[in-house]
Amino acid sequence: MTGVAEARALTALDVDGEQALARTWATPRGLWGFLTTVDAKEIGKRYVVTGLAFLALGGVLALVMRTQLARPESGLISPDRYNQIFSMHGTTMMFLFAVPIMEAMGLYLTPLMVGSRTMAFPRLNAFSYWIYLAGGVMLYVAYLLNIAPEAGWTAYVPLSGPEYSAGKRTDIWAQMVTFTEVAGLAAAVSMATTILKMRAPGMSLARLPLFMWSMLTTSFMVMLAMPAVMLATSFLISDRLIGTHFYNEAEGGSNLLYQHLFWFFGHPEVYIIFLPGLGMVSEITATFCRRSVFGYPVMVLSLLSTGFLAFGLWVHHMFATGLPHLGDSFYTAASMTIALPAGVQIFCWIATLWDGKPRFATPLLFVVGFVITFVAGGLSGVMLASVPLDLQVHDTYFVVAHFHYVLIGGAVFPLLGGIYYWFPKVTGRMPDEVAGKWSFWLIFLGFHLTFFPMHILGLRGMPRRVYTYGADMGWADLNLLSTLGAYLLASGLLVYLLNLVVAARRGWPAGPNPWNAGGLEWATSSPPPPHNFGATPVVEGREPLWLPGEFPVMHGLDVEHREVLLTTIADGKPDIREGSPGPSIWPLLSALAVSLLFIGSIFDEWFLVWAAIPVMLCLIGWFWPKSSHSKLVKAPDDKIPGALA
Amino acid sequence: MTRLPARLALAAAPGLVLCSCRGVQTMLDPAGDQARDIDVVWRAMLIVCGGMYLLVLGFLAWALWRARRPAPVGAPAIGHTPAERTLERSLSAWVALIVAGLVTLVTISFLVDRSLAEVGPQPLRVKVTAHQWWWQVDYDGSPQSQIVSTANELHLPLNRPAVVELQAHDVIHSFWAPNLAGKVDLIPGRTNYVAITPRRLGGFRGQCAEFCGLEHAKMAFDVTVESPEAFEAWRRSQLAEAQVPTNAQQVHGQQLFQTKACVMCHRIQGAEAGGSTGPDLTHLMSRRHIAAGALRNSRGDLAAWIADPQGVKPGTTMPRVPLTSDELNDVVAYLEMLK
Repeated sequence: MTGVAEARALTALDVDGEQALARTWATPRGLWGFLTTVDAKEIGKRYVVTGLAFLALGGVLALVMRTQLARPESGLISPDRYNQIFSMHGTTMMFLFAVPIMEAMGLYLTPLMVGSRTMAFPRLNAFSYWIYLAGGVMLYVAYLLNIAPEAGWTAYVPLSGPEYSAGKRTDIWAQMVTFTEVAGLAAAVSMATTILKMRAPGMSLARLPLFMWSMLTTSFMVMLAMPAVMLATSFLISDRLIGTHFYNEAEGGSNLLYQHLFWFFGHPEVYIIFLPGLGMVSEITATFCRRSVFGYPVMVLSLLSTGFLAFGLWVHHMFATGLPHLGDSFYTAASMTIALPAGVQIFCWIATLWDGKPRFATPLLFVVGFVITFVAGGLSGVMLASVPLDLQVHDTYFVVAHFHYVLIGGAVFPLLGGIYYWFPKVTGRMPDEVAGKWSFWLIFLGFHLTFFPMHILGLRGMPRRVYTYGADMGWADLNLLSTLGAYLLASGLLVYLLNLVVAARRGWPAGPNPWNAGGLEWATSSPPPPHNFGATPVVEGREPLWLPGEFPVMHGLDVEHREVLLTTIADGKPDIREGSPGPSIWPLLSALAVSLLFIGSIFDEWFLVWAAIPVMLCLIGWFWPKSSHSKLVKAPDDKIPGALA
Repeated sequence: MTRLPARLALAAAPGLVLCSCRGVQTMLDPAGDQARDIDVVWRAMLIVCGGMYLLVLGFLAWALWRARRPAPVGAPAIGHTPAERTLERSLSAWVALIVAGLVTLVTISFLVDRSLAEVGPQPLRVKVTAHQWWWQVDYDGSPQSQIVSTANELHLPLNRPAVVELQAHDVIHSFWAPNLAGKVDLIPGRTNYVAITPRRLGGFRGQCAEFCGLEHAKMAFDVTVESPEAFEAWRRSQLAEAQVPTNAQQVHGQQLFQTKACVMCHRIQGAEAGGSTGPDLTHLMSRRHIAAGALRNSRGDLAAWIADPQGVKPGTTMPRVPLTSDELNDVVAYLEMLK
C-alpha cells in the first residue's frame, strides 16, 4: 500500500491481559472442542463451508439437468429422476445454500463488525448449525435412498398431497424445510439481538455498517416469513400422515391456501437471500473506492423499505390462479414499487464508484458484475409484476432466467465477492489475484451465456420443469448454448474454490487490514483471536479505521470470565456487563434429539410424543443454572475507563 | 472496414432473435386479441426497461471510465465530498424518472388487464378438463346430443370470441396457448375461465405450464383456427357416430378393443365402448397428434404407442395391453378408420 495513508489500527492490551482473554474465550482442543464450541467464528466458518458444499451439490445437479436439456428428446435421465433432480436443485439452493450461507456470513462477521466479543446467544448459534446440518444430511441421504422430493421446491398441493405423491418423498421435503427454518430462526434471533444490543460503545444506529443494517433487516424478515412456510409444510405433512384436510378441497380445505402460505414466505425469502448481498456490496464498494458509500441514509431507508414491501407482494406468484383482477392490480403496483428502493441503491453504488478512486481487485469486479446482472434481473422482475405479461411468461424459462439473474446476480456475485473480501480476515492469508480475476470472468461470462438465452426460450414458449422437449419446437440451439454456458460457469466456480483452498494453506500473510478498509472487523488481527478484540473499541464514525489519530478504546470487561458489554439500542451507550456461556455439548445433544423427533415423525406420528422426552431432557441440561459468572452487573458509565459519557 | 458491419450484426442479433420469431407456440407471434394486447405490454416494457437499463449501464461505464483519472493520493473520503450536491440532485432526478416509468407501466398493465377480462358477443363455450397428462375438451351444446367431445385438440372459428372453462380432474395444471392468450391455471375444485378471440387462420400449439408430475413435459394440445364454415363442418363431423368396421381385420380389431382393457377407459360413440377416464376415440384419426402431443398421429406411431405406452411416455396412466403382433395390427386397423 505504498503512497496510501495507512488506516489506523487498534492497540493491543498488555500481554498478560491478552493471554488471559485468549484462555478465557478459547475453544477446547480436539474433537470435544469441535463438538462443544460456541465461538461464533468457528460456527460461522463451518456454516459457510457447509453452505459451499451444498452449492457444489446443487451445482452438480444443475449440470446434470443442463446436460439432459442440451438436445431435444434426450434419454439421458428418466422423467422421475429428472423431477427429483430439479426438486433437489431448487430445495438445495434455496434452503441449504442461499439462506444459510448468508446467515453464516452474518454469524461470523456480526461480532467483529459491531465490536463485540461474541454473539448474543452463542449456544443457540451452535444449535442452529447442528440442526441445519442434520436437515441437509437427511435430504441427501434420502436422495441416495431414492426418496428425495419430486414435486419441485414449491411442492404445490395436490401434487404433493397424499393422493398424488405416495411414499415418503414429500414428507422428507416438508421436514427438511422445518429443519432449515428452525436453524434460520435461531440464527436470526441471535443476530438481531447482537446487532441491537452488543455494539461497541459509540456505535449508534447512525454509525452501523450497511452490511449490519442489511443483516438486521434480514433477521426480522426471517422471523416474520419463516413461520408461514413452517405452517404450510406442517399442514402438508399432517394432511399426508394423520389425515387432516387443510388442503383437501373435497372436505372444505383449499389448494390455494397452500400457495398463499408458501408465497407469503417465498417472496420475502428472495429478499432474505439478496439483502445481505446488498450489504456486502456496500462494504466492498466503500473499501475499494476509498470513499464511504454515497447516500448512507437513503441506503438504510431502501433496505428497510425493501424488507417492508417484501411482505406485500406474494400474490404476483399466483396471477394465473384466477384470483380477482382488481386485487391482482394492487399486487402489480406493490411489486413494481420495489424497483424504487432497488434503483436508489444501484444509483448510490455507481455514484460511489464514480466519485471514489476505485481499485479493481476481484471483490470489486464481482460488484460490477452484480450491478450489470442484478439490474437486468430486477427489470425482468418489473415485467413479471404486470398481470397480463406474467400470464404469458409465468412458469416459463423466462422466469427461470429472471430468478437466476436476481439470485445469482443479486446474491451469489456479492457473496463470492464478500467471501473473497473477508477471506484474509478469516484465514490470515491472501487469495491469489490472478486466479481471482480468472474466476470472475469465467463466472460472469458463463452466467450470462447460461441464463440470457433462457429469456428467449421462455418467450418462445418453453415451459419450465420439463424433462425434455420436441426437436420440432426450435429450442435446441439456445438450450445447447445454455448448457455450454453452464459448464463455463461451473469451471469458474471451480477456479474460485481452488483458489481459496490453495490460499488457505499457502497464501501470503494478510496482516490485520490488507485492503486498508475502514470497518471495525479490520481493527483486530487476522485471523481474529477467540475474544475478537483485546480492548473494546470505541467508535467515533461510520468507518472508524479511516479516522485520523489514536484509536480510542475502553477497558473494564473481565478478562478471567466470559463477559460482554451490552449497549443501548439507539445510541450505543455502555449499559450492562453480562456473562456469556462457555463451550457446551447441550446444543449438539438437543439438535440430535430434535432431529430424532423430526425424522421419526415422518415414519410414525407417535414420535412427536415420545421423542419430546429426550428433547425436554436436553433442554433441562442446557438451561441448568450455572453458578459462576452469569450475573448482570449494572455498570455506571463513569466506572468504565474510556467509555463515552 | 468489415469490422463495423460485423459488430452491428452482432448487436442486432438479439433483436432479430426476438422479432423474427414466427412459430406455433410463442408469445412473440400473437394471433389473437388477448395475445396481441399482451404483446403491447411486452413492447412497452421492453422500451421502458431497456431504456432504464441503458441508463444504468451508461452511468456505470462512465464511472469505470472515470476511474482512470489520476487520483490524488491521500486519506479516504469520508462524509461529504465536493461532488455530493451534484450527486444528490442526480439521485432526485433518477427517482423521478423511475416513478414516471413505473406509473406508465402500471397504467398500461392495468388497462390491458381489464381488456383481457372482457368477452365479445355470443361467445363459443368450450370446457377443458385437465387430467394427468392429457386434455379433455367438450364443446357446449344443447340438447346433450349436440355436445362435442374430443381430446388434446381445440378447434376455434376465426374472429368469434371463445370462452374456455377450465377445470382439473386431479392436480393443478395450466392452460397455455401463447399465440392466442396468456395462461390460466386449472385447479381441482375451482373453475377458471380464459377468453380467446382468434384473429388468424392456422394451427397453433399449447402446453401445460404448471408442473403436474411425471409427464408434465408431454402434455400438449393443438389449436386449429379455421373459418366459421370449416369449423361448423368439423363440429358436425365430430357429432357423428363412429364409422362401422367394414372388413374382417377391422371387425376383429373392434372385437379386441371391446374385449380387452381398452374399453375400460376409452369411449367410442356407436361402439360398445363407454369408458370415460381416457380420451374419447370416436374420431381419433381427425386429430394431428396422439398421447397429448407426444407422437404424430400416424399408423406407425399409433402402433408404437399401443404396443408400449410406458416406453413413449413413462408413467402415463395408459397400461400396456398384451397383444400379439397380429392383434396389434388389427386394433390399429380398427382405430385407423375412426375418421
